[in-house]
Amino acid sequence: MAFTEKDVRYVADLAHLELTEEEVTKYLPQLDSILQYVEKLNELDTTEIEPMAQVTYPGSENASFRADEAHKKFSQDQALANAPEQGAGSFKVPRVIEREE
Amino acid sequence: MDFTTLSISQIREFLKSRQASAVEIAQAHLGQIEEKDKQVRAYLALCPERALEQAKKVDQAIAAGEALAPLAGVPVAVKDVILTRGTRTTCASHILENFIAPYDATAVERLERAGAVIVGKTNCDEFAMGSSTENSSFYPTRNPRDLSRVPGGSSGGSAAAVAANFATVALGSDTGGSIRQPAAFCDIVGMMGTYGRVSRYGLVAFASSLDHIGPFGRSVHDVAQVLQTIAGPDPLDSTCAALPVDDYVGALGGDIRGIRVGVPTEYFKGLNPEIGDNIQKGIDLFNKLGCRIVPISLPHTGYAIGCYYIICTAEASSNLARYDGVRYGFRSPQHDDLQEMYRKSRNLGFGAEVKRRIMLGTYVLSSGYYDAYYLKGQKVRTLITRDFVEAFDEVDVIVTPTSPIPPFKLGEKMDDPLQMYLADIYTVTASLAGIPGISVPCGKTPSEPRLPVGMQILANHFDEARLLRVADAFEKAGGFQIS
Repeated sequence: MAFTEKDVRYVADLAHLELTEEEVTKYLPQLDSILQYVEKLNELDTTEIEPMAQVTYPGSENASFRADEAHKKFSQDQALANAPEQGAGSFKVPRVIEREE
Repeated sequence: MDFTTLSISQIREFLKSRQASAVEIAQAHLGQIEEKDKQVRAYLALCPERALEQAKKVDQAIAAGEALAPLAGVPVAVKDVILTRGTRTTCASHILENFIAPYDATAVERLERAGAVIVGKTNCDEFAMGSSTENSSFYPTRNPRDLSRVPGGSSGGSAAAVAANFATVALGSDTGGSIRQPAAFCDIVGMMGTYGRVSRYGLVAFASSLDHIGPFGRSVHDVAQVLQTIAGPDPLDSTCAALPVDDYVGALGGDIRGIRVGVPTEYFKGLNPEIGDNIQKGIDLFNKLGCRIVPISLPHTGYAIGCYYIICTAEASSNLARYDGVRYGFRSPQHDDLQEMYRKSRNLGFGAEVKRRIMLGTYVLSSGYYDAYYLKGQKVRTLITRDFVEAFDEVDVIVTPTSPIPPFKLGEKMDDPLQMYLADIYTVTASLAGIPGISVPCGKTPSEPRLPVGMQILANHFDEARLLRVADAFEKAGGFQIS
């Protein structure tokens, strides 16, 4: 299946990226050639094969879990210190709810 | 006396005999950086106050007659995808240009607790995506062995820092070869432990089923010491294996007679003789050391790049969704509503390779394509892993080239992302299987310009001690200078 300009725009939209026209033109052949290369995997019959999502290691399943207790590593001020905009102890964002007049 | 060329054990001897103080050693490294990093550009930021304060603590402990900590006074460089409290941690991305880490990664904390001195943060490909460090949003790093060439990547700054004596050892991260390949390009040692051997708490996530933190050094011994310090269970990372850590340093120096060394035929088919000749000489050296050389087959090797780039981009597209300009990172000043703020912030904040991978990953996970790409990739990953499981029934370690090509010139491969991806062929397989791997120097290419060649050695899950012993025996037998 060939990857189209429409696909580039669709995927960029899903990924919350606002591409310029030049970027769409640049990425189209690159993404297309990578996806074509990946088609090679279809040479393999994998109907009976279990998918692998994670590397597992010996030991009980929850051996690496800790008790679910809060550890206060840093304060609210420190948590907000990297925010582009903040106020009243919160992260500030553009208005998302319109008031009824 | 040049303190910047010392090994970890030599630093220890110098401190014990009072031939040098930790402060003098730290200052020597800062001086070396000041003088020479203008050409190499291995670092993105230095932390001299933190380094000198830590060095002073080491000196005070020595003066008080306390026992020396295992890494006392050892200068360490840290890749800028690993959090260091109070210092900028940018992932070499504009989107995190002003991000100050609020806490230390577990690996960093363990190093400092062991007396190590954090010198600075090193350059890399943006969010560790790349094989040359040219994808840094700030500037490329150059290879200290040949300044016209790349240091490899993505941990190119860490590899270059160790090669140029800007630090004794360094931390990098490896997702598909990002420690092993730059180690090969810069003529040093770099290692990735078993998946889950080292805590990733404080490592900025790229592809969570593949990411590792691991060490660089100029000797196998130094790498073993750093791994010993950072490995082991961590309550803050549930993917970190709850298994005891072997004595890596104690495993070094033993003889390796009878070790079965597997040589996978698929890795040598069509291999550039500039690389292949040296690796063959390395294999001959193992033979001389009494190892049994066993030809093996890893039949799914040819599918590894396709499999890797499906899985790593899928995971990256999910992990990098968090950069939205709300809680931290860059926010575009121009926007009318929240959606536009997300889109503009992400588009201006991320570089080209990161966007390419986010789009690929979004595509392979999207409705209608999930089964054809992502699920298929996960199934092929099972096949690649099985290849290794079967191979390790027959052999103890596997020897391969680290990279199919020697270090290339800056700009040479930037226009063709697929060609850049294909150069990861020998390193992504171990990442997919979750087994440990090390890259050690294996001489220089036969023809001019003579460039570093790296040999990769792989072992079974949690068999790091044996892997390090084999690599150490290779080093002691002169394998690094093979010709």
